[in-house]
Amino acid sequence: MADPFLSIQHVRKSFGATTVVEDFNLDVERGEFVSFLGPSGCGKTTVLRMVAGFEEPSAGKIVVGGKDITRLKPNQRNVGMVFQAYALFPNLTVAQNIGFGLKVAGMPRADIDARVAEMLGIIKLPQMADRYPYQLSGGQQQRIALARAIAPKPKLLLLDEPLSALDAKVRVSLREEIRSIQKKLGITTIFVTHDQEEALSISDRIAVMYGGKAEQVGTPFEIYNRPATKFVANFVGTLNVLEGTVTDAAAGTVRVNSEQVSLKGKLNGSKSGDTLSLALRPEAISLGRQPGRDSSLSGEISEVHFLGSVIRVRVGIGGNTVSLDTFNSPATPPPAVGEKAEISFSSDDMLVLH
Amino acid sequence: MKAGRFWAWVVFALGAAYFFIPLIATVEFSMRMRRGVYSFDAYKVVLGDERFQATFGYSVLAAVFTIILGVLIVVPAAYWIRLRLPQLRPIVEFITLLPLVIPAIVIVFGYIRMYGSNSPLPFLASDTGTNALLVIGYATLALPYMYRAVDTGLRTIDVRTLTEAAQILGAGWGTIITRVILPNVLIAVLSGAFLTFAIVIGEFTMASLLNRPAFGPYLQNIGANRAYEPAALAIIAFAITWGCMSLIQILSRFAPRSANRPN
Repeated sequence: MADPFLSIQHVRKSFGATTVVEDFNLDVERGEFVSFLGPSGCGKTTVLRMVAGFEEPSAGKIVVGGKDITRLKPNQRNVGMVFQAYALFPNLTVAQNIGFGLKVAGMPRADIDARVAEMLGIIKLPQMADRYPYQLSGGQQQRIALARAIAPKPKLLLLDEPLSALDAKVRVSLREEIRSIQKKLGITTIFVTHDQEEALSISDRIAVMYGGKAEQVGTPFEIYNRPATKFVANFVGTLNVLEGTVTDAAAGTVRVNSEQVSLKGKLNGSKSGDTLSLALRPEAISLGRQPGRDSSLSGEISEVHFLGSVIRVRVGIGGNTVSLDTFNSPATPPPAVGEKAEISFSSDDMLVLH
Repeated sequence: MKAGRFWAWVVFALGAAYFFIPLIATVEFSMRMRRGVYSFDAYKVVLGDERFQATFGYSVLAAVFTIILGVLIVVPAAYWIRLRLPQLRPIVEFITLLPLVIPAIVIVFGYIRMYGSNSPLPFLASDTGTNALLVIGYATLALPYMYRAVDTGLRTIDVRTLTEAAQILGAGWGTIITRVILPNVLIAVLSGAFLTFAIVIGEFTMASLLNRPAFGPYLQNIGANRAYEPAALAIIAFAITWGCMSLIQILSRFAPRSANRPN
């Protein structure tokens, strides 16, 4: 990346003796949508708050558009932010909420009115201008909060778990709306979430965080299919982890429950006799032998869950349990618990976790 | 009627009787100024008395200044403590309770010693200075009520997030307090203001010892020298206090409702 729009460089944040963010680095291009994904306490919100100016980094710097903003106050940064708890001003109408930042900036009344109307159009709530926040649903309040954040045309939009307080259906529709508005306006956006589906579905890139560090930064495809660490592999998506023993490091063969699996080219640095953690996504596994799948393992069906269009099957393989999904077919009854089963997969899809 | 409900009504009736019988007796007595008939003569005498008008006017003015001073001190202080110094809350709560524990007479003697005409800050050397000192003293007396009212109001809103939302939209501290925080705790501030008003209107000790022409000393003076007028004055003062309380109730209906509710 030649000239990143947002550059977070070697940022560290400590509260007393506790370090919550350690040497965090990230470059974001103009107009990019980057998500910070991680479990509670991983430091994602702290990084976001440092970009917003609510927390001061203990070390490192934050550069936006070539300007070092590390020590600037939040009201000097021209950054928009949407909060988890909406944070609409209860005493102001929707229009006054959206126009707040513009009024503070000293914009003429007529221009404020025009911009508020434009924002209400963008969020598809033009009839809500005179309502008060308490008269709106959670989804509507969050849309207003989004409109309020982008009305002053900020350089950067920060979204701090904006969908967490909403119900599942509203969450899905609103995240699509956020992405569509972000693309339309081309605004550089940082989105904090602990929901992997949210991050995978709307981000250009994801920074998976753990223990105050970025474990991996990549596109959703890279994060899901080529996790760089064991944590990323476990945190993003469902993962079946199998224990295997390297039988021949040179040939790349591994024994899993007395059966050989070939992992040529994936055993960098491993020696014969080493124990490895091997991972397979459920969608990479088929029940029974399937054409194009070069590896197979035998086991016994331990659980069957009928989920409507999908049947989730768990197969016990030695000391490991593998979970896989098969499509429901009305003509074929689901497998029964206790049946012997063979699972097949392509060894290319098997990940070696480090 | 269930037994529990019956006894609840009995307790309520006893409580109401305890409260209303002396009040009714005072009203009745205040109307017996004219021999043999009930009349409002005592009220006419009181309301027509120039000293009543002057002292009441003085106390209303003192109450207004006390409220302004109290709001200017308490709102930013309570806001800042909630936002940045929550660990100081127990200490500040203790300090604001002190005026309930320390008698007003102690406070006013302290003032006289501290701010006498020979002190470096001779508030008591002039009428204006003494009036200012009285207002400061009243603000101290009203502190427990004002602080609690404002703090309760602040508790109903998400102070930190609203502050951050305003900050990120470019607002400075002045704008945040005047346009975001104060409007959302206005009803609480008004509650504190009316309580302050009620305290100041009837206050005797400070006004008397600082020799100010306030309503409290006037009440005492009338009470010591007349028969029916003090009863009428007591009812008038009571009506003023109740009027203030009713206004708090009415205004609380206009409080901005919290936006933070689930979807």
